[in-house]
Amino acid sequence: MMKFLKSALAGAAIALVASTTSFAAKTDLVLGVVLEPPHLDPTAGAAAAIDEIVYANIFEGLTRIGPKGEVLPDLAESWTLSDDGKVYTFQLHKNVKFHDGTAFDAEDVKFSLDRARGDKSTNAQKGLFADIDTVDVVEPLTVRIALKQPSGDFLYNMGWGDAVIVAPESADTNKEKPIGTGPFKFDSWAKGSQIVISKNPDYWGTPALLEKATFRIIPDPAAATAALLAGDIQAFPVFPSYETIAQFQADPRFKVVIGTTEGETVLGMNNRKPPFDNVKVRQAIAHAIDRKALIDGAMFGLGTPIGSFFPPHHPAYIDLTSETAFDPALSKKLLAEAGHAGGFKTTLKLPPPTYARRGGEIIAAELREIGIEAEIIPLEWAQWLEQVFKGKDYDMTIVSHTEPNDLNIFARDDYYFNYDNPAFKDLIKAIEATSDPEKRTDLYQQAQKMLATDVPAAFLFQLPKTGVWDAKIEGLWENGPIQANDLTAVKWVD
Amino acid sequence: MLSYASKRVLIGIATMLAASIVVFAVLEVVPGDPARLMLGMNATEDAVRALQEQMGLNQPLLVRYFHWLGGLLTGNLGRSYTYAVPVIDLITERIAVSLPLALISLALSTTIALPVGLFSASRRGTISDTATMGAAQIGVAIPNFWFALLLVYIFAVTLRLVPAGGFPGWSAGMWPALKSLILPSIALALPQAAILARVTRSALLDVLGEDYIRTARAKGLTRRSVLYRHALRNALIPILTILGLQFAFLLAGTIIIENVFYLPGLGRLVFQAITQRDLIVVEGVVMLLVATVILINLLVDLSYAVVDPRLRGRT
Amino acid sequence: MSVPAEWQQNLAKAFSNRSFLIGLIITGLIALTAVLSFVWTPYAVGTLDIAGKLKPPSEAHWLGTDHYGRDILSMIMVGSRNSIAVALVSVVIGIAVGVPLGLWAAARGGLIDEILMRFNDLVFAFPALLSAVMITAVFGPGAVNAIIAIGIFNIPVFARVARGAALVLWPREYILAARASGKGALRITVEHILPNMANLLIVQATIQFSLGILAEAGLSYVGLGSQPPMPSWGRMLFEAQTMISLAPHMALFPGLAIVVTVLGLNLLGDGLRDVLDPRLRRDR
Repeated sequence: MMKFLKSALAGAAIALVASTTSFAAKTDLVLGVVLEPPHLDPTAGAAAAIDEIVYANIFEGLTRIGPKGEVLPDLAESWTLSDDGKVYTFQLHKNVKFHDGTAFDAEDVKFSLDRARGDKSTNAQKGLFADIDTVDVVEPLTVRIALKQPSGDFLYNMGWGDAVIVAPESADTNKEKPIGTGPFKFDSWAKGSQIVISKNPDYWGTPALLEKATFRIIPDPAAATAALLAGDIQAFPVFPSYETIAQFQADPRFKVVIGTTEGETVLGMNNRKPPFDNVKVRQAIAHAIDRKALIDGAMFGLGTPIGSFFPPHHPAYIDLTSETAFDPALSKKLLAEAGHAGGFKTTLKLPPPTYARRGGEIIAAELREIGIEAEIIPLEWAQWLEQVFKGKDYDMTIVSHTEPNDLNIFARDDYYFNYDNPAFKDLIKAIEATSDPEKRTDLYQQAQKMLATDVPAAFLFQLPKTGVWDAKIEGLWENGPIQANDLTAVKWVD
Repeated sequence: MLSYASKRVLIGIATMLAASIVVFAVLEVVPGDPARLMLGMNATEDAVRALQEQMGLNQPLLVRYFHWLGGLLTGNLGRSYTYAVPVIDLITERIAVSLPLALISLALSTTIALPVGLFSASRRGTISDTATMGAAQIGVAIPNFWFALLLVYIFAVTLRLVPAGGFPGWSAGMWPALKSLILPSIALALPQAAILARVTRSALLDVLGEDYIRTARAKGLTRRSVLYRHALRNALIPILTILGLQFAFLLAGTIIIENVFYLPGLGRLVFQAITQRDLIVVEGVVMLLVATVILINLLVDLSYAVVDPRLRGRT
Repeated sequence: MSVPAEWQQNLAKAFSNRSFLIGLIITGLIALTAVLSFVWTPYAVGTLDIAGKLKPPSEAHWLGTDHYGRDILSMIMVGSRNSIAVALVSVVIGIAVGVPLGLWAAARGGLIDEILMRFNDLVFAFPALLSAVMITAVFGPGAVNAIIAIGIFNIPVFARVARGAALVLWPREYILAARASGKGALRITVEHILPNMANLLIVQATIQFSLGILAEAGLSYVGLGSQPPMPSWGRMLFEAQTMISLAPHMALFPGLAIVVTVLGLNLLGDGLRDVLDPRLRRDR
């Protein structure tokens, strides 16, 4: 009798479990994104908002970037590199179809790469393809890419959203109706409100676990908070309201994941324009900034202070914040030594993001303490790009440099910092030519130290990736090595 | 009458034409290049040039103006630089939010204001008149976006009865869509209602002071029946005028409220398009709103002339 | 013309007018606060205290602190300067440009008048906020550009008022008499027309002033008004918006400041209208 009862109970339990799991098998997800993409063709626009929707979901490249920033094979099953390091031969996956049914082959790869680097190309990252000399179709599923010189970054570059493979049949209409090879298909786009993608049943690889995903566009931080609390959206991978993060951390219904990004946030200075051409003035400014107050005030405590232009999660990172520790007395002394004992008047041009606007207000107040009157000039992105970035018509600005691997911007001629340091340029050249990991680390650290003491920009903090989502969701990225919302492994659990 | 009407229409058209020149000229000097904005910080110069060419930005100013104007006349507002879809499609999508919002708040403000104005006028000089008009005075002084913030705090943040912002789209169903328009339309309606209530009251009192009303009163009609039978009907003209103007104002004036509640309406579209330097969209929406205002003014003028022939001589 | 007697009479009327009195007291207090803020505020508004941010009202900070730990009362006090300055200067622009235009149109009539009226139509056809958005897109946000954006819309308002009043005055007998005695149009305008519409302009200026306060707040709220570190009521509300669940007091007080100021000005305007009776006096 007992035996019977036991087994009956067990049976009932199993039935119960089975029924709840089948009941809980939720397969749709609504995500919040802050910015609406202008269109959906990642090969014709810089907006991170495009990649946040299509990368890895709709479009795929030869390689792809993984959640930890690693290079993974994607449409290319495997590849070989010639001994001189200049010729890559990619073997492509079989049975890959675009969403409109056309077959994918080496011709599509050649078409996509030639289009991206051609004269009429409007690719925002055309520089990624600068190393390519020729692209040849060897066999229907084999493609050979010859480089002008060996490049350690080539496979990484091919993993960018700007390097995805498109079909000649649909390339011109991808802006409105993106046709890729990915595990999700484009469904619909209600402008100003939401974009829907759904599972691609004919996907060549591991199929997606979600049937449908909706990206709802919510730029307003207050609305984002409200939408999550109300359950209108279930995930906000890059949550815009730093001030309400604490509220979600205290709520067991939500998971709050503070990850890292590649965004080094800096107070950029015009190194060619007096008085910023004087290293003592730049150091004085850096010492006047209280990074803790800045992160608390502008970011509500989220973000890691940095003392140089290098991401803290990188193995070669060294903490150099003490080089420019908060010390207003030292600032005043340095200003006096530079011949600006009474301070001076200057301007601070700020792009729209919260970190820049709030950070700018705090930094301007801190600079006032050491006698520097910085007039705040808010700019829209279009003006910022025109005046500051291209025109170099500025004194100081705040911006987060979110591209990965971008230490070399301080070695670029004609970059907006107007920083010209031959020793640093040599270091960058040496890094690019070095493949030995230990030597590379050493060179990276030398470069970090050089920037930390020369202060071509005041280094503020690493931008955090503030993800908030339903506690029952798994598979969303914790960090943001690239700006993407890869949904291929996302699922609901119970 | 006909010549008066045709003159008004001609003036309306001339104003539109002048407006198109102003809009185009102003936006032409807005700093910032849409092509560079789209391609971002790492763009190469030749990629920017290629995109400018694709967008038609490298053509001379006058060529672009006449091309745009020609399009306007045939109902073609051009293609959005950023979205790469016809501007008219974008506008249609957004009007589906802005127009209902404006209509709901207009209905709301009218249903509040008319009875209040009537009530106040019928009790002129009493404490209840003073109290209602005092309240209306405060209503006029409240900025609608601040009122919106308070509504959000009370009904969305604290009570969680309605969403704090956003619009699920009409496809999500009638009720969810309407629900997200409740707070915005209340916020828009209240200050309008306060103005309208004051206008209604003073229009009624003006009419009540006219001779024929006095005659009616002298004939032994009660104050109340005079108010409803004669005064209200005659006071409707100034009230309708204000309503017409308020509608035009509401359609354009939703900009701030759409920002508070993040509603994808016309106002947001303009804001967004300006920051993205999608100037052709800005031009299209501004022209649409200007045309609406001119049309409403024209209708008001013409209806005045119909009512009061003496006005026909003046322009 | 016995101006003092008339003024005495008006003054007596004014002080028995309830809305005028209340409006005068409120407006006076706001003006006093603005003046006081030049010499004293409870705390300096330029100094941040991040550790003391988002504090609710307390004895130390009567209206609480904002997200940088600044004292909200001090911010509101200094912010009143900004609101008053922007609204005042844009009214002055409206009067300085609009009134002469209106008088000119009325004196000349004909084509000039027609052109001016069509120009008015054109300006009125543009939704005000939209134009402000476009203006700031060209010149960038800031207090000066907010003044321009608001001032432009004051021009046709005053032009219309001045023209309308002048058109009524021109056919009056004493003006006709002055013309007959050989006085020029400019002299008549300055000596007879303008003084007789002063009441009308004062009332209109009060109305435009209060609208200007509201407009400035709206522009600052959408980020187009004056820029930090200058405190502004509209921007304070914008900043309060995302913190509304954490610190509702940040949204409450600046809004109240706007309401009280606008209410005071509107009451003052209503009172002035009653006292000065700006329907033009029948004759003299």
